[in-house]
Amino acid sequence: MAKKTAPAKKSKSTSKSSNAVPGFTAEELVSKIGFCEQLKGGVIMDVINVEQAKIAEAAGACAVMALERVPADIRKHGGVSRASDPGMIAAIQKAVSIPVMAKVRIGHFVEAQMLEAMEVDCIDESEVLTPADEEFQIDKRGFKTPFVCGCRDLGEALRRIHEGAAMIRTKGEAGTGNVVEAVRHMRALMGGIKALAGANAKAIKEAAKAMRVPADLVAWVAVNQKLPVPNFSAGGVATPADAALMMQLGAEAVFVGSGIFKSGDPAVRAKAIVRAVTHYQDPKVLVEVSTGLGEPMVGIDINTMAPSERLAGRGV
Amino acid sequence: MSEPLVGVLALQGDFDEHEVALQALGLRTRQIRRAADLVGLRGIVLPGGESTTMLRLLDVEGLWEPLGAALRSGLPVFATCAGMILLAARVENPQQRSYALLPITVVRNGYGRQLHSGTFALESTVLPAGTTGTFIRAPRITHVDGGCEVLARRGGDPVLVQCGPILAACFHPELALRHPVCARFAAMVREQEAAPAPAAAMMA
Repeated sequence: MAKKTAPAKKSKSTSKSSNAVPGFTAEELVSKIGFCEQLKGGVIMDVINVEQAKIAEAAGACAVMALERVPADIRKHGGVSRASDPGMIAAIQKAVSIPVMAKVRIGHFVEAQMLEAMEVDCIDESEVLTPADEEFQIDKRGFKTPFVCGCRDLGEALRRIHEGAAMIRTKGEAGTGNVVEAVRHMRALMGGIKALAGANAKAIKEAAKAMRVPADLVAWVAVNQKLPVPNFSAGGVATPADAALMMQLGAEAVFVGSGIFKSGDPAVRAKAIVRAVTHYQDPKVLVEVSTGLGEPMVGIDINTMAPSERLAGRGV
Repeated sequence: MSEPLVGVLALQGDFDEHEVALQALGLRTRQIRRAADLVGLRGIVLPGGESTTMLRLLDVEGLWEPLGAALRSGLPVFATCAGMILLAARVENPQQRSYALLPITVVRNGYGRQLHSGTFALESTVLPAGTTGTFIRAPRITHVDGGCEVLARRGGDPVLVQCGPILAACFHPELALRHPVCARFAAMVREQEAAPAPAAAMMA
């Protein structure tokens, strides 16, 4: 018979996904959030063609993000950045056996409908592309495909979850190779969760009003002391140490955009970052994988950027 | 006497969810990331996740052989989704390496992409009536050889099999609260723990 004993070791998640989460049906909880949970402890890599997708899969990526230009090139290229050519995404879906994700513009629900029709495994409603709607994000509950969305703090995370996001990632500052913004956002998110610990009904109500989300969602976070969906990191990760840093700060998996295929030796760097995420708490392994990696991508100092160049402020 | 210790392969995937599910059933758990983590275990769990990622990391970490020895030692083994793919005798779509300890053929993503994921009714004579399974980009068992017992089916397809001490599911029992399949594995671990001088414990 099952005995109620205290677990010998405290595990990172303390609640089951079958615990009711405000706003999610039981079916969504297991199929959408359950999908995202399979990616935990892994690395999701941006790829722009079949060749890169195959390199990512062989290096141990747990999924790929198919897009026409990595964020570093989106910055360089300028203009309006949109969802990718369906033909490119379909070719990558055919070439690899791991999940394939793709990005849509914030609020562009038709691009999302198209990706769902193509059976893309997960849709990233992303600030990296030019927003299509400055007022409304996509109503993600209307889709069977799980969505991932970026956030800079707990309020943004909960607004996206309330809209139906099944996975949250930090926004960071994509395409810079500079992890400082991802760190800022992860600390703000984790700090926001911690600040709710033991909050009474009045405090919950006030926080919910400030964050513009239902009080039961805030209450869930206050009690469980985590997000009700997986919490990943993205935006500026360029080295194995960056990836391990985000994991130690609380991320459950890492997205790497420009950091891999804008570096000197993508295959070697991809493998190193995959291993760093598995052994994020083991500095000896991190030393081993970081040795002789070749040139990282050239980074950008966030402080030299004009506010208009920053992507993280899109979709709040 | 302390509760039996079960190791959960923690290279990538939802190993955390497996630990929580087994801890809720009273087992102790340990994450397996290197060969030293295999010592003293009374059961092994291969979780869901991406089998290609796990295969690569098993090689890099030098875990392929030591984990294989532990899996063959007679210890109770519980494998879900990607874990089942690692154990199947034959893997298709695409073909890939495996431990070949389960005499079955599996087709990766055999039920389609994520859009076709969901929770489905299971037909079973050993699980309580009404038991469901959540299938996520699940592998499909297309062939079962002799010596492997089919414990549950979905629409006629085998989805839960047992071969001696190895229990494997195409679906994700760990995502439900106290799923009977997790309870079955916990019972297997306790039974073997209670058996006199288990060969497995000596080998581990």
